[in-house]
Amino acid sequence: MSGTSTDAGDAVPHPDTVLPDPVSGADYTEPSDVGTERGLLIETSEGAQELFRRSETAPDELRREAGAVLRLPEGVVVNTDDIDVERSDDETMIINMGPQHPSTHGVLRLMMELDGETVLRTKPIIGYLHTGMEKTAEELTYVQGSTNVTRMDYLSPLHNELVLSMAVEALLGIEMPARADWIRMLLTELNRVSSHLMWMATNGMDHASTSMMIYGFREREMILAFFEKTTGLRMNHNFIRPGGTAADLPDGWEDDVTVICDTVLPRLDEYDELLTGQPVFRQRSEGIGNISAEEALALSLTGPILRSTGVPWDLRRTMPYLRYDEVEFDVIVGTFGDNFDRYSIRLNEIRESIRIIRQVVEKMPAGDYRVQDKKVTPPPRGRIDESMEALIHHFKVFTEGFRVPEGEVYVAIESPRGELGCYLVSDGGPKPYRMHIRGPSFVNLQGMPVMMRGGLLADAVVVCSTIDPVMGEVDR
Amino acid sequence: MTTASDGATTSDAPVVRLAGGSSARRPTHLGQEVLFPTRDQYLDVVSALRDEGFETCADLCAVDYLTHPGRRLPEGVVAERFEVVVNLLSLSQVRRVRVRVQVPADDPTVPTLFDVYPGTEAMEREAYDLVGVVFEGHPDMTRILLPEDWEGHPLRKDYGVGRVPVQFKNAPGPR
Repeated sequence: MSGTSTDAGDAVPHPDTVLPDPVSGADYTEPSDVGTERGLLIETSEGAQELFRRSETAPDELRREAGAVLRLPEGVVVNTDDIDVERSDDETMIINMGPQHPSTHGVLRLMMELDGETVLRTKPIIGYLHTGMEKTAEELTYVQGSTNVTRMDYLSPLHNELVLSMAVEALLGIEMPARADWIRMLLTELNRVSSHLMWMATNGMDHASTSMMIYGFREREMILAFFEKTTGLRMNHNFIRPGGTAADLPDGWEDDVTVICDTVLPRLDEYDELLTGQPVFRQRSEGIGNISAEEALALSLTGPILRSTGVPWDLRRTMPYLRYDEVEFDVIVGTFGDNFDRYSIRLNEIRESIRIIRQVVEKMPAGDYRVQDKKVTPPPRGRIDESMEALIHHFKVFTEGFRVPEGEVYVAIESPRGELGCYLVSDGGPKPYRMHIRGPSFVNLQGMPVMMRGGLLADAVVVCSTIDPVMGEVDR
Repeated sequence: MTTASDGATTSDAPVVRLAGGSSARRPTHLGQEVLFPTRDQYLDVVSALRDEGFETCADLCAVDYLTHPGRRLPEGVVAERFEVVVNLLSLSQVRRVRVRVQVPADDPTVPTLFDVYPGTEAMEREAYDLVGVVFEGHPDMTRILLPEDWEGHPLRKDYGVGRVPVQFKNAPGPR
């Protein structure tokens, strides 16, 4: 908290110091015990998070549930006649999958109600990887913020850094130099390729194709090696920062990137041969895990899942940020909203990303890789040796951080998993007053019960895979 | 996104008629449309926006303004401790709108948006879990990220940040 705002809060007692107690309904006024142990004992849990047995669930609730925790409003998408509320508990079985199951892509726990091998209801139970990143963000300056957010979606760390940086820059009202935008585009598109390759690998594994597992990781390694050369780290780069990027691209980056494009592109055709045309793979993915466009929109699903239902919504195209309006690419759209559509969308998005990367290599302008604003970005290393003022600015940026004008902004970008949003509130201090990340994985998980309903237990693993949840982002 | 630098909320923005005959101002902040309905208008305003073509609710979160009471709000909006922020998205009009509703500290409840946008199910649970705003009518108002028996709501500003005591020689006492 900045000194000024705390002082202001103390001087003018805010009427809202009365804290609520929904459990007993009683108010209490003890601002003195804020933060103390007693202050924390205000409210407790409102109940268990598990999926309950049929007999303990109201028939009305069962009708609304259709899939599971995700209760679509009646009449919109769910045919209520389909739901057998009379079924007794003896006929069905509730099983628990996870949180340590290898196919749940992290510490995701699924409770499923089964009738034989058919999944009736599913409820994802999350929170096993919750590390309080939104709270941590309030304790870190804007400069330090990207080290925090980069760990959310660990498969696309650069997108996390980008969305935070763009939100901070929107509040600051600063324009990025062209080269910074293009570097950001290059890195995030490479990141999209590596994230999708990782998905191809794990999805292959879930289809029992261990070769695909190895291939996906092999190609991804090339991109991570380039990231290591550029940012110093394979993951969690902290490279895209408010005000630009941490450094310029290394010498010879064009060659490295071209080699990556030239290698990955023909190997995508190999994946096509390995998976796309393979009858076993097609039978296990076509028509499995269907979701309609209406359902996807109602459930706020975004990214490849929404596009697989035929909605051409890609923020890079519809609400262009960075310089996406200056490059050519296609938005890949599916038809049936099934597992196969989601697979082919991701496969072809790698091709489109490579197309973008090649254009970025051609069009990369010369210039600054970060905005030359002494209040926001540190001065160049050389200046520190000769200028006392530069030294002071450098010191200030890394100790106190920079102050961001009061206000709030919502910025969204297209991450490999969908709309990655950042709602940032500033009180004028050097730390965010509130930072909320809209994680696409978190929201997309809501589609899982709908996709799994009526399917087989064996397909549940694959449906879970095609949603592509990254638990670091789900739980934050 | 980085274009608008006019930090102030414009007071001369057009007044848009919304459901129930109530009018709500539609000012912009940093180039983004923001609406400030009261708690009573909240559900009607969001429903009207959905009918207006905002097909999907992109995001919902809650903010605790305990230590920042003097924030800038348009005229006529009474600042309360909590704020529920809803970001709606219209795919057909390629537009976003933000709805900010003030929630008093002594009664931190708002009606659920579940019947309008089922996708807010997990988001409202998250807002309840971390900030402690109760969404009335929500079918499953339980904690989502924290364990069931967790006490308190961490993103409230009066929730202490945990510190682990570490032993150092001649260290000053804990802060």
